[in-house]
Order: sequence, then structure tokens, then C-alpha cells
Amino acid sequence: MNAHTSWNDQKIEHIIGNLLRAGVMLAAAVVLAGGILYLLRHGGAQPDYRSFRGEPMQLRSITGISKSAATLHSKGIVQLGLLLLVLTPIARVLFSAVAFALEGDRVYVAVTLIVLAVLMFSLAGTIQL
Amino acid sequence: MTTNPLTFGIAVILLAIMNTTEFTFLIGAGSFLAGFLGALTGLGGGVVLVPLLTLAFKVDIRYAIGASLVSVIATSSGAAAAYVKEGYSNIRIGMLLEIATTIGALLGAFLAARISTGAIGLIFGLVLLYSAYLSGGKQPEDSIGVGPDPIATRLRLDGTYPTGDGLQWYHVRSIPTGFGLLFGAGTLSGLLGIGSGAVKVLAMDQAMKIPFKVSTTTSNFMIGVTAAASAGIYLHRGYIDPGLAMPVMLGVLAGSLLGSRVLVQATTQWLRRIFALVIMALGVEMIVNALTGRL
Repeated sequence: MNAHTSWNDQKIEHIIGNLLRAGVMLAAAVVLAGGILYLLRHGGAQPDYRSFRGEPMQLRSITGISKSAATLHSKGIVQLGLLLLVLTPIARVLFSAVAFALEGDRVYVAVTLIVLAVLMFSLAGTIQL
Repeated sequence: MTTNPLTFGIAVILLAIMNTTEFTFLIGAGSFLAGFLGALTGLGGGVVLVPLLTLAFKVDIRYAIGASLVSVIATSSGAAAAYVKEGYSNIRIGMLLEIATTIGALLGAFLAARISTGAIGLIFGLVLLYSAYLSGGKQPEDSIGVGPDPIATRLRLDGTYPTGDGLQWYHVRSIPTGFGLLFGAGTLSGLLGIGSGAVKVLAMDQAMKIPFKVSTTTSNFMIGVTAAASAGIYLHRGYIDPGLAMPVMLGVLAGSLLGSRVLVQATTQWLRRIFALVIMALGVEMIVNALTGRL
């Protein structure tokens, strides 16, 4: 079997579909765990979303969120789950690039890498400390 | 509705005495319903989330957009596995058009920080009215007869999809027009935190002549990637609040997964009409609130 027959579009889409579902389910589980912890600890407080203040810095960057979640801060765990959710479609694009390369389709490797570059540009702000 | 001073007053008093647990469960229930009806009617739940949060729960529109955006990623990615099995989506069309939608999404997220919340609310209201108007129309006829397009042939965009009589071949047309329209759809998605599936399907069905089933499932694929492009910026800007996004994302995800499972064709027609009316009412409400400076 050569690379072309083993890596057709249908097979790629199947793997992508399962990858996306696994990513979403993992993210949802982390969000749910953090959410339960959040309500147990802060459930009695008054919610206030009427005026916009913006999130604290530790909930805005990948390193900040990781540190916050590692110290079992409930908001940090929820934010980690949301971050995993945002990374799921990005992982999908990355996988597509690899799959198109295995298929030997250079035009679509280039197309996919452009999309990946745009996504990385968006994420760049959250990578700093 | 909330423009009524009495109900507005009641809503304010209720919100003032609610604690975080009660608030979270109410938001979760509302999001579940939005996701359920959105999936059941095929109109998408994201478009009603921001009005629900801002009008009924008095959430600042920036937090509402942040929470809506992550829920859009969840529903799009969660539904993808089911769509793939049917064999309708076209990964090449999706990937090529994602160049347009993701760059548009960056522009939308950039604009969101520079225009007033009132202006965002006004644009949101107009998009809601347009979505309601579109949902009244019939499902467009698939134009199978169109000939090949040189750009589509070169980019290997043409494909097949399963029908009752085996695989049906289709050609893709007007790629530059579709690309432009999808750039606009991406901008709206990044600005308003919605999937803007209505604009996507319009561009792909009407302009590019992609068969309905193919455009719907392919656009579902694209919505998650498009939303991820602006979500990174929103996260960095501090618009994504974990306490609010948690019930919204979990509620919408659970609702849409359930809604896509109970696809009862017979009942969806009137449900679709009612949901379209709700979307229209929310659109009017958003515009009124935006113009009176309450957003």
C-alpha cells in the first residue's frame, strides 16, 4: 500500500472528527471539575458581570493559567479547560498539515500552514509571561 | 421583555439577590436551552447567547462575547465527529476558506476593542434580524448542473457527496467572491463572538454553488477554527471569564449534543419559525438597548 491510498481525505476526516471530539470532551471535563470546585469555594458570593474589569493577568496567559491550575485555583482549572478547548481546533489544523504532507499534496500543506500561522499569531499574545 | 420597566426592575432585583451558585445554574439552564434549540432548528445557538446574557442577565457585552466564543468552539468541534461519518464535508474547501475566515476573525477581534459596546450591540442586532430573515427562506436548491471552474479544478475543490442514487459529483464556483464573503463572516465572528454560520452558508450555497449538505457540514468545521483565531486574542485581553464561560460552555455543549440527537423532521418546521421569531425579537431588543445607551 502506498502513502496515497492509505491517506485519503475520508480517512483524514475520520481521524480529525475523533480528535475534535476527544479534545472537547477533555476540555469539558476539566471545565466541569474546576467549575464544581469554584462553586464549592465561591458559590455564596455575589456575581458581578455588569461592569467590565477584565481578567487578572494570571488568567490571560498560558503560563499564568498553568501555574494557577497547578496550585488548584478553581478559576485557573476552568481557564485551563477553556484553553484546551481553544487549542483543539488548532491541533486539528496541525494534524491536517501533516496529513496533507503524507498525501503528497503540497498546495494544501501550504494552505494549511497559512491557517496555522494566523492561529499562532492570535495565540502569540497569550504565550508571554 | 426587558425594555418593559416592570420586568426590567424585577430582573434587576432578582439579579441583586442571587448568589453565584444560583446565577451559574440559571445561566447554565439558559445556555442549555439555547444550544438545544439551536441544534434542533439548525439555526445555531450562539447567536442567541450574547443577547440572552446581556439582556436577561445584564452581563457586560465583552464578557458575554468571550463566553459565547468558547461555546462556539465547543459545539462546532463536538458536532464534527458526527458530521464526518455522513461523508458530506469537504476538507479542502474548508481549509482554503479558513484562510479568509481566520484573517477576518483577527480583524474582528481587533475592531472589538476599538469600537463602543453600543456599536457592537447595534451590529449584533442587525445580524440577528438578518439571521431571522434568512431562516424564513427555503433551503436553496442544489445547482448540480454548473460546469467546472478553472480555479476550483486547479485547487482540487470539486468533490462528491452521498445521495440516494450513489455519489453525486459537484463543482465549486466563484472562489474569489466566496473568499471575500467569508472574510466578512470571519470578521463578524471575531467581533460578535458568534459562529456566523448564516453568512457562511449563504456565501457557500449562493455564491460558490456548493450543495447545501456539503456547505452546512463544511462550515461547521470552519466555525471552530475561526472562533479559535479570535479566542486567543480575547483570552489575552481578559474577556474570557472562567466563572461565566463555565456554565455557558457546558450548557450549550450539552444542549446542542442532545438537540442534534433528537432530530425530528416533522416538528422542526414550526419550532424553526418560533425560534426565528425569538431571534427577531432579540434583534429588535439589542438595537433598542444599543440606541438608548444601555449596553
